[in-house]
Amino acid sequence: MSASLSENKEVILETKDLNVFYGEKQAIHSISMQVKKGTVAALIGPSGCGKSTFLRSLNRMNDFVASAKVNGDVFYKGQNLYSKKADPVEIRSQIGMVFQKPNPFPKSIYKNIIWGPKINGFTGDMDLLVEKSLKRAALWGEVKDRLHDSAFDLSGGQQQRLCIARTIAMNPDVILMDEPCSALDPRSTQAIEDLISELKRRYTIIIVTHNMQQAGRISDETYFFHEGHLIESGDTKMIFTKPSVQMTEDYITGRFG
Amino acid sequence: MSKTNDSLTGVINLGNLDSKPSIDAKRKAKRKMYDKLFYRFCQGTIFFALVTLVVLVVHILMSGLSWISLDFFTNFTSRFAERAGIKAAIFGSLWVLFLTASFAIPLGVSAAIFLEEYAPKKLWVQWVQINIGNLAGMPSIVYGLVGLAVFVRYFNFERSLLAGSLTLTLLILPIIIISSQEAIKAVPLSLREAAYALGANKWQVVFLQVLPAALPGILTGVILSISRAIGETAPLIVIGALSFVAFTPTNIWDEFTVLPIQIYNWASKPQAEFHELAAAAIIILLVLLFAMNFLAIYLRQKYQRYKL
Repeated sequence: MSASLSENKEVILETKDLNVFYGEKQAIHSISMQVKKGTVAALIGPSGCGKSTFLRSLNRMNDFVASAKVNGDVFYKGQNLYSKKADPVEIRSQIGMVFQKPNPFPKSIYKNIIWGPKINGFTGDMDLLVEKSLKRAALWGEVKDRLHDSAFDLSGGQQQRLCIARTIAMNPDVILMDEPCSALDPRSTQAIEDLISELKRRYTIIIVTHNMQQAGRISDETYFFHEGHLIESGDTKMIFTKPSVQMTEDYITGRFG
Repeated sequence: MSKTNDSLTGVINLGNLDSKPSIDAKRKAKRKMYDKLFYRFCQGTIFFALVTLVVLVVHILMSGLSWISLDFFTNFTSRFAERAGIKAAIFGSLWVLFLTASFAIPLGVSAAIFLEEYAPKKLWVQWVQINIGNLAGMPSIVYGLVGLAVFVRYFNFERSLLAGSLTLTLLILPIIIISSQEAIKAVPLSLREAAYALGANKWQVVFLQVLPAALPGILTGVILSISRAIGETAPLIVIGALSFVAFTPTNIWDEFTVLPIQIYNWASKPQAEFHELAAAAIIILLVLLFAMNFLAIYLRQKYQRYKL
């Protein structure tokens, strides 16, 4: 399978027959999908449909859930993330993650940014890295005069952008976002959405959202999940205007969810 | 009381929905009374605790304060009350404090890290966990007997500072482990996830994020358990710490005494002057304990600068 990947340079992340179990219960049923480089992919679906579980299996964050078992394959640039040789620590330094609730470290803004690069052996200009990362996360203007204040002094929306900046500082290829706006007010949500559209020039973004309008606004491709199955996927415009499956249409038009 | 308040706090009479909701006045009065009663009860308990403390402290200050002078710190104990001091006991207590801390803290915190972060969720780990809990509740004299058998006799440490400190280490180890575990447990999962998502390995997550976040809690537990260690008498008497010492220890193999033993010794003498000396020594021990508790509070405040 990896041979076909290297022919198609566009695909950066691909799953093949991915199943995830929590103990006896199967949360993800045999999902195969591809994400192309430099796009924003939105995973939508009603709550409990497995989209977060699926997202967390893409950079092996499910490793920390004791009862979770994954079988199937995830290929990242042709390399199988679930092979025995794969190093989850290395994987996570290339596939970053932003969580539902902002979770900055209990440190200063500055130290939040440099923590990841520092532990991974980055020895370059830290000040420059901090400035660049904060600028890309559209936070620089608001915090440049108080870089050494606690990250907890920031508002929720600013904290979430700090978490994005911290992820960017690692210079990842892919950023996974797990409902990054669900704990934020509309204005902060707007700021993050603008940021995502800006970021996709450099990074591939896979975002879980329960907000369909958001998926419609920011994503290029949409994947509709229901009860652990991938029901339909494709170009966002197509999914939102002419979905081919009745269930997708019912969900998007708000008939259930 | 306003109408909205009534409908929120009282029992609503649903019999006649058209009229204003009415309240069962008797029940309302009863609830109010319970509320007040409980408040008074809680107030009473804290009052009782405070009064006991004040009576004790005042009593001890009154009988002991006049005996505290510079000589009291620089003299060894003596058969004559006016020449007796706590030099040996103070030095002994400080030695024990530092030795016990340097054994118990690394051991206890490491064990807590292992149990919380690395131990598999297996039956034997649960068994160990339950036993640590049991050990924390064991009478201290039992530790004295273990120390006597193991350190004094088997390892031939005799009645040395080393044997005493190791015995006290055993005594406070379970408390340090449990309180450190609680502190580590309280570190939110989201902090660990944030670190892992940046490509940190387990060692980095534990030592650079979890431990610093748990530090205030760990420190509090550590200092409180060490305060307990320096107040202990029974286990040290069992292992044979001396009560009449006219020298200060110079190394870990020396014989020693500590403040609580000195107090015990003076208090059991027939002459009244020695009872007052005991009170004076208690004042010094209390000051030491208060100082350590303040240190615990200070450190907790200091490291909680960035609240989670």
